[in-house]
Amino acid sequence: MSDLAGLKASYELAVVGAGPAGLAAATLAAELGIDTLLIDEQDGPGGQIYRAIARSPLGEPAILGADYWQGATLLAPFRASGAAYLPGAAVWSVSRALEIGVSAGGTARLIQAKHVILATGALERPFPIPGWTLPGVMTAGAAQILLKSSGLVAEGEIVLAGSGPLLWLVAAQYLRAGARIAALLDTTPRANRSAALRHFPAFLVSSYFAKGIALMRAVKRRVRVVRNVTALAGEGQSRLETVVYREEDGRERHLPANLLLLHQGVTPNLNLANATGCAQAWDERQLCFKPVVDGWGASSIDGVSIAGDGAGIAGAAAAEARGRLAALAAAAKLGRIASAERDRRAAAHRAALARAERGRAFLDTLYRPAKAFRVPQGDVVACRCEEVSAREIVAAVALGCSGPNQMKSFLRCGMGPCQGRLCGLTVSELIADARGLSPAAVGYYRLRPPVKPITLAELAGLPKSSEAVKAVERS
Amino acid sequence: MFRRLPDAKRDTVSLTVDGNALTARAGDSVAAALLAAGVLVCRTSAVSETPRAPYCLMGVCFECLLAIDGRQNRQACLVQVADGMRIETQAGKREVGR
Amino acid sequence: MAPAQVPDCDIAVVGGGLLGSALAWGLQRLGQKVAVLDEGDVAYRASRGNFALVWVQSKGLGLPEYAAWSKRSSDGWRHFADLLKAQTGRDVAFQRPGGFHLCLSERELEARAALLKRLHNQPNMVRYPYEILARAELERLLPGIGPEVAGASYCPLDGHCNSLRLLLALHAGMQDLGARYFPDRLVERIEPRQGGFRLVSKAGELQAGKVVLAAGNGNARLAPMVGLKAPVRPQRGQIIVTEKVRPFLAYPIATLRQTDEGGLLIGDSVEEAGFDDTVGHGVISTLAARAVRSFPALAGLNVVRSWAALRVMTADGFPIYEQSASFPGAFIATCHSGVTLAANHALVLAPMLAAGELAAELDVFSARRFDVSTAA
Repeated sequence: MSDLAGLKASYELAVVGAGPAGLAAATLAAELGIDTLLIDEQDGPGGQIYRAIARSPLGEPAILGADYWQGATLLAPFRASGAAYLPGAAVWSVSRALEIGVSAGGTARLIQAKHVILATGALERPFPIPGWTLPGVMTAGAAQILLKSSGLVAEGEIVLAGSGPLLWLVAAQYLRAGARIAALLDTTPRANRSAALRHFPAFLVSSYFAKGIALMRAVKRRVRVVRNVTALAGEGQSRLETVVYREEDGRERHLPANLLLLHQGVTPNLNLANATGCAQAWDERQLCFKPVVDGWGASSIDGVSIAGDGAGIAGAAAAEARGRLAALAAAAKLGRIASAERDRRAAAHRAALARAERGRAFLDTLYRPAKAFRVPQGDVVACRCEEVSAREIVAAVALGCSGPNQMKSFLRCGMGPCQGRLCGLTVSELIADARGLSPAAVGYYRLRPPVKPITLAELAGLPKSSEAVKAVERS
Repeated sequence: MFRRLPDAKRDTVSLTVDGNALTARAGDSVAAALLAAGVLVCRTSAVSETPRAPYCLMGVCFECLLAIDGRQNRQACLVQVADGMRIETQAGKREVGR
Repeated sequence: MAPAQVPDCDIAVVGGGLLGSALAWGLQRLGQKVAVLDEGDVAYRASRGNFALVWVQSKGLGLPEYAAWSKRSSDGWRHFADLLKAQTGRDVAFQRPGGFHLCLSERELEARAALLKRLHNQPNMVRYPYEILARAELERLLPGIGPEVAGASYCPLDGHCNSLRLLLALHAGMQDLGARYFPDRLVERIEPRQGGFRLVSKAGELQAGKVVLAAGNGNARLAPMVGLKAPVRPQRGQIIVTEKVRPFLAYPIATLRQTDEGGLLIGDSVEEAGFDDTVGHGVISTLAARAVRSFPALAGLNVVRSWAALRVMTADGFPIYEQSASFPGAFIATCHSGVTLAANHALVLAPMLAAGELAAELDVFSARRFDVSTAA
């Protein structure tokens, strides 16, 4: 919980998100003497990847692995930098005039900034399978959060399903914690393996390779792994009881399960950037929308930069480098350093970024999720909040509904509290698939503030200009 | 369905869930505390009143909605437990004033 | 003029919003072969920015015929909704329990009473009941009303519907009847031809026997192409929407209503902002403040979204219905209250378009009224 009373009315730089990109950006900017505020929703720094790193409940560090603890090196420099830190606060709006709407402890405030760096990170790709809304179905990331923040590990019949490095990491962490995993159902399409081969040389020399191989070997030794899974479903009366899956041979198999952990990659958490008006584009390799940014992270909105996974999925090390590049660019823009100095300092971070990005092409290609798990069919719920099915969306396309914003008007998908975080990609891809177009042509929801819920009372308490009041009280 | 790792050291916190006493650990989110106590279903959905439970635990899915200290539709994964906290599961849509 | 070509449709409707789709549905029902040309997913779409009110009270100050036109549509709305339901199976949740306009001070209440008195004293004004209610009576009808609410005006002819479901029902209904819908078909040019009109878009051309411009703010550009005028401008309105709640408000209020889905809609604001449809903190804060003053129990509810829409406003706020004198068969229809007037558009205006002639009663809505020169 946080106290907004201690905040100033304005700062030179506001950074949103205290993951690796945000921490690195705020630290560097503050070290250059810029009046910096770092705002984060969680009670402690680290974002999602380094969740609870400042106060881990775990007595046994080895469970989480060395990569996690790497994040701790960001903390001391941040604390020493002089940046102001506001944890436990949600940013619900950033206007084009760089007025930031913040909410904490039931109060909302507006803070003015001269420059904003959005470092809102990533979230897990939706995984719309039959039964995915059943109690007992969660993301693999959720299991990891319970482990990191609360030292909790699941027991009973646990099934992991999906594709991507995080799935294997969670499996490995769980095994180290003494959990028993009934099965890991790998949905990585067989065809991806040959497609990824040409990126293999770069992957070989990246840091991912050795770690990844060791991880997978450790898991395969102790967990039944089923590869080339082509279909998945959760079944149960009012909670998960069985996981049903199909392999390449087409045969259906049933696994008793009380916990299904799903994961098929992460995608940029772009709601705040979208609501601010930042332009987005479709990335065909990573199969997601991401903000359009230049080499310094500058978005299409003047004064707003985006760094880290929120600008495009590239991992924690890349996030740090991009955070630092965005901070350097902000420093030059604010007149604190000359552009020559900015470019000189940037060289090391660009080199770090290049190193961090090596091997990504291989991972992106290998773990590119199958269409069957991105474009659901029939009664599968596409929008969880408003309970809209794939069938309804396809029927609306047949009526001529050509994009997600019209779709929102017709069916309410995307109108719930999650604001498309769990349905946006699915809806865009459903429409694209039904129309025979790329999601690039179809587009994404157009979002508005508040991107996080605030109460009417909080909103009512904000300052209002006389023009604003006149626009409403006209009688 | 979730057990606490033996070396996770924290102070205990007492709260109630639908009137029943529950012991949690300081630093837990309300969502984590409930899962640790074996409480999975936190609500029935607003549209069709089907059972829902936490999904993402990072504040983006809005499934873990619960009433905390008399206020409904709070994201349990974003609220830390506190002594004496009163938690109630929810049925369907929120009520005005609750 | 270019030689006649076989038309692709009897009538082309430019614009697939509430006005265009109501006309298209009404026309197709009458056996006209209709084609609707609409823009793409990212378009200004005033129809997304309505409050879903079917509203009569306080309309028509300055043009009493508009009050009559609104009342007629409200009176015909039940029948319209029933026809839509019978044909499409879709219920648009129309209810007419009467509606309120709340006043948050004695001054507001006096001004409201005076306004309505002036409205109803106009010559040729249609008669219908309305009341000015003091606070004591309001408490009974609207439990939970805040202490600052001084009173309200009430009219039994006011109601509301689910306007998003209305738009979907009209689209599904018109296509089920055989109307053709062309999205992503921004009309760049309309060329009058012998026997009809040629509508040109990047994606292709369409020949129509008649054309009706129902393109909202887009009408300003299109109207001159067929000898018409459409002095419309965008007017920004902002709305906030809360999470779904159990039934709380049984009546629509001009600036606050509960949808049949459960969410509360809170409005309304009016700004001249050109084509800027961004949401502003100050306006949505003011909207929230008035809502909480109206019903203090709402204070703790979460706002889950807001929007700013560019609605369509003529110079005097009243609709424009007109047939082109220089190019008969070209019509224009534009209004601010596409939900209220949907019944009229579908069941009164559509038959006139089908017959090729607007009734004399609509003369008062022609854009020629803007030509009247002011005193020299």
